[in-house]
Amino acid sequence: MSAVDDTILAYDRPPADASALTPMQREHAVTIFEKGQAGRRAFVAPKLDVPEVEGLIPAKAKRAEPARLPSVTEPELVRHYVRLSRRNFDLDSGFYPLGSCTMKHNPRLHERVTALSGHARLHPLQDPARAQGALELMYNLERALGEVAGLPHVCLQPSAGSHGELAGVLVTRAYHEARGEHRTKVLAPDTAHGTNPATVTMAGYEVVPVKTSPDGGVDVEDLRAKADDQVACLMLTNPNTLGVFDPNIEEIAKIVHGIGATLYYDGANLNAVMGVSRPGDMGFDIVHYNLHKSFTQPHGGGGPGSGPIAVSDRIAPYLPVPVIQKLADGTFDLTSTPAEGPGSKSIGKLRGFQGNYGCFVRSYAYICSLGGPGLQDASETAVLNANYLLARLQELVGDQLPLAFGEKCMHEFVLSGTAMKRDVGIRILDLAKRLLDHGFHPPTVYFPLLVDEALLIEPTETETKETLDAFAEAVADIIREAQGDPTIAQNAPYTTPVRRLDEARAAKRPVLRQPLA
Amino acid sequence: MLDAIGVGSLEEIFEAQIPAGVRLQGGLDLPDGLPEQDVYAHLLDLSKKNTSAEDEITFLGAGMYDHYIPAAIDMLLGRSEFLTPYTPYQPEVSQGGLQVMFEYQTAICELTGLDVSNASVYEGPSAVAAAGYLAKLAAPKRPRYLVSAALHPDSRTTLETLSVGYGTDVVEIPLKDGATDLDALKALLDEHGDEVSAVIFQQPNFLGAIEDVQAISDLAHAQGALSICQADPIALGVLEAPGNQGVDVCVGEGQALGNRLDFGGPSFGFFAATNAHVRRMPGRIAGETADADGRRGFVLTLQTREQHIRREKATSNICTSQALNALAGVVYLTWLGRDGLVELGELLVQRTHYARQTLTAIDGVTALHDQPVVREFAIQLPADVEVSEVVSLAQDRGVNPGFDLGRVREDWKGGLLVALTEQRSKSDIDTLASVLAESITAARNGERSPLSASVRQEVAA
Repeated sequence: MSAVDDTILAYDRPPADASALTPMQREHAVTIFEKGQAGRRAFVAPKLDVPEVEGLIPAKAKRAEPARLPSVTEPELVRHYVRLSRRNFDLDSGFYPLGSCTMKHNPRLHERVTALSGHARLHPLQDPARAQGALELMYNLERALGEVAGLPHVCLQPSAGSHGELAGVLVTRAYHEARGEHRTKVLAPDTAHGTNPATVTMAGYEVVPVKTSPDGGVDVEDLRAKADDQVACLMLTNPNTLGVFDPNIEEIAKIVHGIGATLYYDGANLNAVMGVSRPGDMGFDIVHYNLHKSFTQPHGGGGPGSGPIAVSDRIAPYLPVPVIQKLADGTFDLTSTPAEGPGSKSIGKLRGFQGNYGCFVRSYAYICSLGGPGLQDASETAVLNANYLLARLQELVGDQLPLAFGEKCMHEFVLSGTAMKRDVGIRILDLAKRLLDHGFHPPTVYFPLLVDEALLIEPTETETKETLDAFAEAVADIIREAQGDPTIAQNAPYTTPVRRLDEARAAKRPVLRQPLA
Repeated sequence: MLDAIGVGSLEEIFEAQIPAGVRLQGGLDLPDGLPEQDVYAHLLDLSKKNTSAEDEITFLGAGMYDHYIPAAIDMLLGRSEFLTPYTPYQPEVSQGGLQVMFEYQTAICELTGLDVSNASVYEGPSAVAAAGYLAKLAAPKRPRYLVSAALHPDSRTTLETLSVGYGTDVVEIPLKDGATDLDALKALLDEHGDEVSAVIFQQPNFLGAIEDVQAISDLAHAQGALSICQADPIALGVLEAPGNQGVDVCVGEGQALGNRLDFGGPSFGFFAATNAHVRRMPGRIAGETADADGRRGFVLTLQTREQHIRREKATSNICTSQALNALAGVVYLTWLGRDGLVELGELLVQRTHYARQTLTAIDGVTALHDQPVVREFAIQLPADVEVSEVVSLAQDRGVNPGFDLGRVREDWKGGLLVALTEQRSKSDIDTLASVLAESITAARNGERSPLSASVRQEVAA
């Protein structure tokens, strides 16, 4: 039994009979639409305080039947959602080493400052003269992010990493077209996140995959062969999704710039290099940040996020608008029609208003708390933790779960479960599901695609040595257990609110909403 | 830890992996970190430099609205179990979040009268652009959208920015007395015919006017184009569900449903469509299934549409929903309940009518259009005053009278867009009327607000 005191579930044997079911497992899932009764309510409408006038909505526009929303009291509402919340695993309750997701601690200070009315109740169309605090914050955040990336011009607008990618490819397109060039292809390594090729298609380019070399970096010869004057951009994650910092990054930058293309940095793994190495110094023209990863936004169960981009001087005119300007008198303004500099030949707006300001407040508070040295310390510790966990796992189960590429790693690493599947008879999926019974959220599984039975592990800097040890021992326990009886892992989990779910059935006969009478 | 790794220092790990030429020497040029209390004080100080909806009586809307947010939402969104997990990749330990998505999808289907909803997208204008992309996927050979001039300007520009990439262009449908001109739409459809993949409009539109949704949808369908409607979810308490009026895809900004203003985000965009388009939908979708013991459970489903499976053939590059914001949305709709959403809408209709009557009674102020409205309306200020000056003078007097329409369109110069929420009472409306009248007079008399654009320009020059 490897559970430590920061785990929430503590069973290591499957329940022998139904009487061993946990209270949550006995509970039948009932939606809020199946609760309540007509006439119940939480909301009390303000009194009508103006003279009532009939017929204001024309008959043909008037709603015939109300939306069949639930009718519940506030106590019913609160209990329903609190109980639902308890059917989630969360970062505050336990280790969550999802690779390339950077599940680092979310300081509660950030929730407090974001909730201040001057931030939370500020309307996005407020006159910039009366939103000076917000613009100052955004300006400062832009400067700080630019320093981390080593690129001078930042646009905070994109709503998430994938949105930042789209922004990056669209500014690339605008840059080339302004030079009278109509390029057709974008290169991306076969290790890339799925968002890269999806983005490329949406931006109207053809994606051309580049091979990975045996050292885990870009296959430079393959890149050279595919680099021609039709290539608009190379999208790269560095360190990549194998946790490998590309040893040939300087050469790669030279090749890409040699054909007049832009070099795009997918910031999913920026947490490895803050204060250590800067994408701008590596030769990247465009960078996107994931504020929800490196700069610790709570992930919210899958959003919201925020995906600002930074660019070099030559790309800056094409940035999305509006842009923040600091005026000579020290005040700030927001403009959609800058005469020169960033945004002066803008691709336009990418979304409504200025971006996810609530996320900016949190990440700005984070940067203020850590400062330059603290950010560097965060990245260094993230790399230390990853290498320590890698070493522990190699020591305990290196035969079954060897490192897929290289010897050391940056902030994350990929193990391959091929040997474990062959020798022990359990797949990575089974290991992941059995980890749930040990109170751990499993790492990313089956990604990156080029590693068979991949297990992508990112511990982050905010975990203790004790937690890393407990996790490594849990993995070893599960493999040892499977050597005796693989069916235990194959049928796991046992202690979670539900057991393995039938995903094929969900896709074959989709039930995507609660049917209502 | 270094011993276990087999190195003498952390530096060895970096040296072995990062080429010396790209190592940063001397660290980041950023200030040192601060203790928690100092960071709080700094962020508090910045917040005080903003005039929020708490500091003035505001009638500013134009896409985001100052509705009251029930306290239960703060409590539920603050729970670690909702706040700190990631996308539900492990459904066995994510049933809470997945069931919330399923409930949210149900609520959005009910609101819009459509068959399927996804688990949300980034925000309103992004949802409009995503709907446009769906239409492109549905009819790849039709490279044109017809877009109402009264679609939210941010939706319009977002759609234009993104559609450049895949080569679809936008043709504007003009307005007639504040609503989409149906004759002009018909003429444009006749002219562009089978080049049009979708007709895109807003209900109520950007100027607050109620559109004839059925008529627009019928015209679109007659030419084989989709009908795409951006709707205000609060207004759908009293307006017919777009899905019952021929709309194929209904999207919108979800902020009004229990989310903060937050200077524009994060919020969520809702996205619902007819069954015919389910496999072209972007984003996450939760579905019901059963576990190994036959228990009811929920999973992310229809993932073969998505980027992590389909890569370059995906229906969208989006890889997150706005789960936490959508949670606020479904809790808000539940808090209002079946009766409450209707009552809220009816209250807004009455107060908005009262505000429209009261403001257009001011000397020189007229209605910008006479269309029926729900919670927002446009007026025309006298031609001899600058709207931005009047707005700033009113703000100096503690009232934000609304959005200066000249900021987004030359031909709306002189217009002011006024929005209501349940937090603006009759007494607030009466205050608005007197402050607006006073500010118009003041502007006529040459009084200028120290914060107005004209004064700031002079200072800067």
